[in-house]
Amino acid sequence: MAVGLLGIGYGFFDAPKTTEQVEKILEAKHHGHDAHADAHHSKAEGHDHAAHEAEHQEHLEHVLHQLQNKPWAAVYVSALFFMLISLGVLAFYAIQNVAQAGWSPILFRVMQGITAYLPVGSVIFFILLVLSAFHFNHLFVWMDADLINPESPKFDKLIANKSGYLNEYAWLIRAAIFLIGWNLYRYFSRRNCLAQDEASDNTFFKKNFNISAGFLVFFIVTESIMSWDWIMSVDPHWFSTLFGWYVFASFFVSGITVIALTTLYLKSRGYLEHVNTSHIHDLAKFMFGISIFWTYLWFSQFMLIWYSNIPEEVTYFITRIEQYNLPFFGMLAMNFIFPFLILINTDFKRITWILVMAGIVILFGHYIDFFNMIMPATVGDQWFIGAAELGALAFFLGLFIFVVFSALTKSPLVPKRNPFIEESKHFHY
Amino acid sequence: MSTKVIHALYNDDDILMDAVKETRKAHHHIEEVYTPFPVHGLDKAMGLAPTRLAIASFMYGAVGLAVATWMMNFIMIQDWPQDIGGKPSFSYIENMPAFVPIMFELTVFFAAHLMVITFYMRSKLWPFKQAENPDVRTTDDHFLMEVTVNNNEEELTSFLKNTGAVEIKVVEKH
Repeated sequence: MAVGLLGIGYGFFDAPKTTEQVEKILEAKHHGHDAHADAHHSKAEGHDHAAHEAEHQEHLEHVLHQLQNKPWAAVYVSALFFMLISLGVLAFYAIQNVAQAGWSPILFRVMQGITAYLPVGSVIFFILLVLSAFHFNHLFVWMDADLINPESPKFDKLIANKSGYLNEYAWLIRAAIFLIGWNLYRYFSRRNCLAQDEASDNTFFKKNFNISAGFLVFFIVTESIMSWDWIMSVDPHWFSTLFGWYVFASFFVSGITVIALTTLYLKSRGYLEHVNTSHIHDLAKFMFGISIFWTYLWFSQFMLIWYSNIPEEVTYFITRIEQYNLPFFGMLAMNFIFPFLILINTDFKRITWILVMAGIVILFGHYIDFFNMIMPATVGDQWFIGAAELGALAFFLGLFIFVVFSALTKSPLVPKRNPFIEESKHFHY
Repeated sequence: MSTKVIHALYNDDDILMDAVKETRKAHHHIEEVYTPFPVHGLDKAMGLAPTRLAIASFMYGAVGLAVATWMMNFIMIQDWPQDIGGKPSFSYIENMPAFVPIMFELTVFFAAHLMVITFYMRSKLWPFKQAENPDVRTTDDHFLMEVTVNNNEEELTSFLKNTGAVEIKVVEKH
């Protein structure tokens, strides 16, 4: 966490404040790329000097915004990623409750431990959203008041038409409703689960069943809107209908992977007596299946847009392929090809070190997935995975681990009176 | 050469499982077990080797993927690279997203069908095949274990009787 904080601090310190500084940075870069500089000059010859100067200034301003966004976007991606991981775990937990799964109750306390990050993560994330809404950064282009002002030279009709939905207040209120709703479910389901341990009948279990079903309905609606608000709206000119599902698959598989990794760790330390390789095998199957589900949605979104090639949609992928080639296709290898080939084998799904390796690759792959969703619109071709990005990642990883493992110490790791706990203890596949 | 086998019939799968385990422990050779439905854990109790059908299926899938790739590369890119609606047909990778649905389907097609055919061949199943059923009741509600006799007919009969068999038959097998 400390290293991460230093990294974030350095990232903000390093961000340029004025266009003059940007000019210096660009010049320093151009020294390294003579060919690039030449192209720049030869292009400039056609223009007269003044026009060139204005254009140059405009370019500098553009790059300045991108560089100023960089540390903000780095923090934003990491905060969002870790908060959504715990949300993914919460969704998985609710599904297991509603489906009355016989294998998983033994893991419920592990899942509750992981979702303990949700309140902490929500607060940090909401503060980030408030900072954005009050113009401490330029992550969300549509928040610029000039864009919806018809008098302004920067007036953007497309964004102005969306301002009924995309305006700071409605946006913050929606965010608050989503975060409060998710946290309420987490709070009450954990409380009921603990109360069920001491109860003499199954009322709390039934209550949990009901609120889990209600939560899943709430979740799927809010998840969709959340993905428009927090991720899609960084590109306010672009829209995609299956985007919500795509984002869901991404953090859902990450959440399941985190459950598997935490379980393996606790098991290796001897804290989970009743968890056997069959439980691990089931989690690995979910990791495998949802990885492929993610790929299916990724490809469906990509291929439909690539195929029809409508200009207003396709720019989204053109910027990504041209400027983010390695992350964009690298994540496909990490999130699909690697888990597909590794986790297809039944025996491998029970071997700890293979699962840990696959899990780490999947988590990194989905971090890059979120990186790819946010960065192109906020920092564009100025992206780099450097101190700010790694610092933010390390900070939130440290916070996540700290919160999760302190939460795990607060209650016994095996629920006592869950009606399915005996079946779960003897689960064998 | 004709050999003798004993058919021991059971009417409960739990008793059958115990009988299989005891028979294996006493080192009698189980020729075959006939059951009306899959009994969980029977293959493990009998000590049968795990199936390799899944491995075969994976390789068939790889063949399907190769066939699809080769076919579309030849037809769409090599043989007659037309401009169809502005799709880039200069190289396979450029137009690959359009081919993925077919690559996927052919992979699944090959993996599934060739695996099923492999299963039929390995378990010797085909139309008009003579059924190899030693006792018609094993398709309804009885379980039958077939054990080879090596000059120990008396001993084996009494041993199987003790494992809970409801009926014991000594059969000449050709």
